[in-house]
Amino acid sequence: MTSLLETRGLSVSFETPEGPVHAVKDVSLRIERGTTLGLVGESGCGKSTLGRAILRLLPENARISGSVIFNGQDLSTLPAKAMRDLRGRNIAMIFQDPMTRLDPLMKIRDHFIETIRAHDPTVDVDGAVERAKKVLADVRVPSDRLGMYPHELSGGMRQRIMIALCLLFNPALLIADEPTTALDVILEAQILQLLQSIMHEYNMAVLLITHNLGLVAEFADQVAVMYAGIIAEEGATVPLFREPRHPYTQGLLRSVIDLETQTLYSVPGSPPNLLGESIGCPFYARCEKRMDVCKSVFPEIRLVGEDRRKVACHLY
Amino acid sequence: MWIGIAIVLAIILMAMLAPFIAPFDPNTKVANPETAPGGPFLMGTDRSGQDVLSRIIWGARVPLAIIAVATTMSLVIGLPIGLLSGFVGGRLDRILVLVMDSIYAFPGLLLAIVVAAIIGRGILNISFAIAVVYIPTYFRVIRNHVASVKQEPYVEAAMALGMPRRRVIGRYVLPNVAQSIPVIFSVNAADSVLTEAGLTFLGLGLPPGIPDWGFDISLNWQRFEASWWATFYPGLFILILTTALTFVGEGLNDILNPLLRKKEYKSVAEA
Repeated sequence: MTSLLETRGLSVSFETPEGPVHAVKDVSLRIERGTTLGLVGESGCGKSTLGRAILRLLPENARISGSVIFNGQDLSTLPAKAMRDLRGRNIAMIFQDPMTRLDPLMKIRDHFIETIRAHDPTVDVDGAVERAKKVLADVRVPSDRLGMYPHELSGGMRQRIMIALCLLFNPALLIADEPTTALDVILEAQILQLLQSIMHEYNMAVLLITHNLGLVAEFADQVAVMYAGIIAEEGATVPLFREPRHPYTQGLLRSVIDLETQTLYSVPGSPPNLLGESIGCPFYARCEKRMDVCKSVFPEIRLVGEDRRKVACHLY
Repeated sequence: MWIGIAIVLAIILMAMLAPFIAPFDPNTKVANPETAPGGPFLMGTDRSGQDVLSRIIWGARVPLAIIAVATTMSLVIGLPIGLLSGFVGGRLDRILVLVMDSIYAFPGLLLAIVVAAIIGRGILNISFAIAVVYIPTYFRVIRNHVASVKQEPYVEAAMALGMPRRRVIGRYVLPNVAQSIPVIFSVNAADSVLTEAGLTFLGLGLPPGIPDWGFDISLNWQRFEASWWATFYPGLFILILTTALTFVGEGLNDILNPLLRKKEYKSVAEA
């Protein structure tokens, strides 16, 4: 059986007046049905761009190459109309900032009605409201919230409503772009529990985009570590956390406060500028284990160790 | 703002009730030419002996009709292309902005004169001539507003939920930019009163026999010293209507633009 979603050599670059910015470079990932893939990396490493590239939700100056295979279907060749219908129906997406993701001039009810009727114009208003009530119950939101405007609701409530909007058509994949970053810790736990139970209920796969390693450790089956547009390391969560192989992953995992010594390690330097072409390993300048070869030769992905984990590093 | 609305409503009412409240027929000679104000002729008579007051009352109809038609026309044309241009962006946007800017670069009255001269007389034609002048105003304001609303996270979220473009524009973008429409509408209306009067003053646009403020001024201004009233009163009404519409526009702007209102409170508090 094929994977639910597979990207093959997916690259995204943005045309800018200074030249192309390569945000995502040759990324090949797989997500199996009903599983969670955690995509981690620093700000600006291209993880959100990757999520949007799957849904073809990028601005006009974006150039996408490579392919995205969803359920055996190549999304990169799909006509715009079919792609539109697929969004929200087969693949849905939630975002980091629930406070601004609902139209301030539209009642919650109308968000549901619009979304349902965009995909199925035969549903009447009453039918749409019924379906809205059903998914709202699944995300534990009282149905009297339907008559409210977004500003009357808290951030956690709005994120639940965003999730409910995504659940309407029982999509096979949910792209969650930093779904809890804007929420406090308690709400974060609630939303994550909710996502987890909904995943099982709806048998949904999740692409969890985050910079929060703890979240990934707890939540994801597979982890892909992204750096400067490339996948540095990818594998099953537990072994990857237990024994990180890429120097960047090692650095990331060390960047957690040590209570004994009260020190916080940080990976030195900052990510490279993605403008223009680059040669060699993108992590070269910050790497503690750099070698001469890293400067000039781009590290291809190789399968490392007995668990055959994907690592893009010349060390192996 | 309420003063403005009251005056505009009063003038609309006056125009609608013209057949009942005008003391004389506006197009007949009812007295000696250039009779001074007083007696049955509150505002005197003009050089053809027609009652100035009656002509002003009847003459309100034309500007009002033209403003209504012209501003509506420019809204109906300017709004959709503004929405489209702002949302779609790219080459279409650049072309439309260029076209609109070149229209905008012309002085309004000059442009209206050219259009009026090309398409000929008639209320509808002159409305169109004026509409052309104001389309770019709608276009620019709406287009820029759309371009910023388009970046709002809720628009992206709606797209991510599979909303078709047309629906996103209609249901999400339009209501969020609609607040700027009433302000442009009333400001344009005020301006179009002047453009209309200017056109009719120059003898363009209206077929003869229709009482109109601008036209009356052009008929009588050379006799200003002998009969100032025949020129003064139509001019006064043009002034009143323009000022009233401007008041409405400013008032709406204050309401729809809370930042400005806050400033006002602040200055009151300081005083």
